[in-house]
Amino acid sequence: MTMSRQGVQPTEVIDRAAKLRFRWNGKRFSGFEGDTIASALAASGEQIFSRSMKYHRPRGILTADYWDPNLMVQVGDDPNVRAGHRLLESGMDVRSQNAWPSLNRDIKAANSLLGRFLTPGFYYKTFMRPRWLWPTYERVLATFAPGGKIDLDTSHAYHDKRYTHPDVVVAGAGPAGIEAALAASSAGASVMLVSHEHSVGGHLRYSSDAADQAALVELRTALDASDVEVLTDSTVTGRYEDNWLGIVQRNHPIAVERLIKARAKTLVAAPGLIERPYVFEGNDRPGVITSGAARRLVNLWGVKPGERAVVFSANAEGDAAVADLERVGTEIAAVIDGRTGGHISSTRGSSRAVDAVVADGASIDADLLVVAAGWTAPTSLLNMAGDRPVYDPAAARFFPSDPPSNVLATGGLAGDADLDGLRQHGAATGRLAAARAAAVRHRLQARTARALPVEGDEPAWAPDERAPLGRDPHPELYRADTHGMVDMSEDISSKDLVAAAHEGYDSVELAKRYTTATMGPSQGKLETVNTVAAIAEARGETISEVGTTVWRPPYAPLTLGALAGRMFEPVRVSSIHPWHEANNVSVIQAGQWLRPDHYGDPAAEVRNVRRNVGLIDVTPLGKLDLRGPDVPKLLSLLYVNKWMRLGIGRVRYGMMCAEDGVVLDDGVTGRLGEDHYMMSTTSSGAGGVWEWVENWLQTERPDWQVHVTPVTTAYASINVAGPKSRELMGRVCEGVDLDAEAFPYMTVRQATVAGVAGCFMWRIGFTGELSFELHVPAGHGLHVWEALMDAGSDLGVAPFGLEGQRIMRLEKGHFIVGQDTDGLTLGPSTGLGSLIKLDKDDFAGKPELAWAADRSLPMVVAIQPDDPGVVPQEAAQIVRGDTNEILGRITSSRYSPTLNRSICLGQVEPDLAAGGTKVTVLLESGERIGATVIDHHAHFDPAGERLRG
Amino acid sequence: MLLVPCPNCGPRNSTDLRYGGESHARPDPNTASPSEWRAYLYLRDNPAGWLRENWYCASGCRRWFSIERNTATNEFRDPPLPGDKRGGAA
Repeated sequence: MTMSRQGVQPTEVIDRAAKLRFRWNGKRFSGFEGDTIASALAASGEQIFSRSMKYHRPRGILTADYWDPNLMVQVGDDPNVRAGHRLLESGMDVRSQNAWPSLNRDIKAANSLLGRFLTPGFYYKTFMRPRWLWPTYERVLATFAPGGKIDLDTSHAYHDKRYTHPDVVVAGAGPAGIEAALAASSAGASVMLVSHEHSVGGHLRYSSDAADQAALVELRTALDASDVEVLTDSTVTGRYEDNWLGIVQRNHPIAVERLIKARAKTLVAAPGLIERPYVFEGNDRPGVITSGAARRLVNLWGVKPGERAVVFSANAEGDAAVADLERVGTEIAAVIDGRTGGHISSTRGSSRAVDAVVADGASIDADLLVVAAGWTAPTSLLNMAGDRPVYDPAAARFFPSDPPSNVLATGGLAGDADLDGLRQHGAATGRLAAARAAAVRHRLQARTARALPVEGDEPAWAPDERAPLGRDPHPELYRADTHGMVDMSEDISSKDLVAAAHEGYDSVELAKRYTTATMGPSQGKLETVNTVAAIAEARGETISEVGTTVWRPPYAPLTLGALAGRMFEPVRVSSIHPWHEANNVSVIQAGQWLRPDHYGDPAAEVRNVRRNVGLIDVTPLGKLDLRGPDVPKLLSLLYVNKWMRLGIGRVRYGMMCAEDGVVLDDGVTGRLGEDHYMMSTTSSGAGGVWEWVENWLQTERPDWQVHVTPVTTAYASINVAGPKSRELMGRVCEGVDLDAEAFPYMTVRQATVAGVAGCFMWRIGFTGELSFELHVPAGHGLHVWEALMDAGSDLGVAPFGLEGQRIMRLEKGHFIVGQDTDGLTLGPSTGLGSLIKLDKDDFAGKPELAWAADRSLPMVVAIQPDDPGVVPQEAAQIVRGDTNEILGRITSSRYSPTLNRSICLGQVEPDLAAGGTKVTVLLESGERIGATVIDHHAHFDPAGERLRG
Repeated sequence: MLLVPCPNCGPRNSTDLRYGGESHARPDPNTASPSEWRAYLYLRDNPAGWLRENWYCASGCRRWFSIERNTATNEFRDPPLPGDKRGGAA
């Protein structure tokens, strides 16, 4: 078979004036604008495009479109490009895949000699034992893995996302799909028409029939004049609940790919039909092509597929291919008519080309075999909508059965008719889709309290009064009297499938997974029904009895880039952040927040806080403004401790547990006024606690009068900590007496700080030092921070970050919810069991905490390694002696610059919780070290004299 | 993706809401037996059919509401009941 470019075809899509140069495996080639990579190579006489996955057999064109399994190539750093679909561009560096050292001389082709060993399940059976050899197996097998090369240095290309809410989405732009789009649009619907191909028209594009071409022009003209949004080179990849559609657009002018998430009110599935390859001996030999491939090559790109052809035709499209081939000068050696009992058995020739075709018992010399054996209905979108298509043996394909009423099928998927019949059915489908979309639109609008009022009643759900399409009879042609390739992507033959069935994998779903048939890049579009037919044959049953696999998303493979898309993840920073950035900050990501971790030397920051005074930006700390007469009742319900008698200006620590008694959050809440409280939560718990509060107020206690406002980011929060903090605060505060008697530990005051009124100041802190926690209206955060830095320069004021704070809180033994507790840590395990007031009438988690009070529970304890220089890793296990029996774990560990030793918090079994208990910690290295539980959480200043100061 | 009919905001993508699970009443914490309380915490009817469940309109009005959904077909039954989350009126 030698393909070659012929004279101008009236239907061709190439611009012969625009020559494009490119490279194929390093050699220079050229093609025209409008060529696909494959058509340009075919026009230049290339026959071999790839080597097959398992046996490395030479492979040529099969379908010459997106689904062609043999045309996967590497373009630059882009692997697995579909050369049958991707348009040629000037300068492309195209290379073959799966061939080493070269396409023409592939060493791994030895696999085909060993073919009898590569039976289904070969890998499962062979490389199972001995297990210890698996790493070696894996290394060797990896060199045989199919596919292109991934370049880890590839720059991140821009991928985009779009959200849209069209009334009607039409998937497929053949004549029926276009008519559906036009009719829906005329009926007033907003319509998106999505074409998998580079231009609309479906099979009309490569029909040389004059009437077809006239219709194509007419449809395209109408589309241009309509309001329909047309997306070409785009695929509806999935249909999800309530017509939520994923659409990947590959020809976006700026983005490499754009993922469109469309909420369609009705979906019209009009994907047309996909020509099914036929199974016979030698059916994967280069030179065997589908009738669609022949017609596309001739009519779209002016390429003559071969010199002398046998055409096996079982339908009108096969017959049309005969005419197309003759027009470009291919000699027709024979037409074997599959409708009247004609049959083909095999091809003969080298592994690289067809020399002869055995048909009706005779060998016919030919370099090309064109096969028109039938159609596969790509029912994927219907499957995804829950439909179970039904097989019709008379028409030899599946048809929709009962899709949901907001998903409508038209075109070849729905049945057969002449062009006018298909167009009429498409138009009727479009009208129905628009009518149903109008009803959905009305309902959605009526349900939206704040939307524009809707007029009138919801339109009745339009009945389906479309005249159904017919079903043309078609012979059931799946396999000839010989065996051949069923899945060319995965190199699975009909013999393999029969063997799998005999091994017991005789359900399609099992056989598919066992053999991997239909699981390659063609996504089963070419292989599924042949696979089902092979299993049916092995079982001696019909295709209807065997049933088919369920087609799941995606309709066509899509890149991870398209799925990842553009990042919408917001980053949060405090209003003080510019100062941090200007001062050598090292940031840490905490949820969405970027926070100062340290400013160079966290140990020095700790020493400075203990000696002088430090500032930390704690803006992400959760803050809820609570107002109303019932706030104390709410606090009593959500915290385990008591809140009914908190005085104005007082602050209290509280622990929250969930209904299962597990620690949920902790923090301090202060009373700012008669009916006004401020609750603080952990930074990571800010969102969750807000929802928790709303949940209780809205659902359990809707009669309580409490108004909740999240004010986390309304305030910038600064903790001023250290023995000199009072002196520093005195220099910037007005209107408040900072004396220890007047403003003692665990109280809150309002103040004007650095000229900013409306600041709250709490005498609390996490570091164990005398400290003032300032909440400043957010816009003034940077100003107040700078004022504090200026005012304290002679006091040695310096910033400290999260790391310093973590060291200091660990020195003080304060646990962090989620770090030192986990999803099983009940309230009493924190060591703060005395906070839990079981005599309250009700609070979240009360029954579990009551029952837990009688049990001995794992405890959070402070632990010091005997060797003060060893800092065990967080999550290091605490074990019994030399055994691996786990008795607990280290939950936090740091080296304390204050105590000059390593310090830890951990969770241990109850019998290890007493002070003085010796434990063994298993380090990551495997080494075991001794450590001692100490009898209080605080490694430093256990009496708390410093913070009360 | 499910469209969930929030009584305030109208139909919204389910990712805009937080699923609150099956509605059921909270037992009296002072009299509940361990088995009653743990049934409340962990046991769900999980029917194939109509189920009263709770949703929180986290990205919209931030209201909890209760609504019936058919778990087999994902139809919602009108109207959602604001605030009524733990059963009660059905």
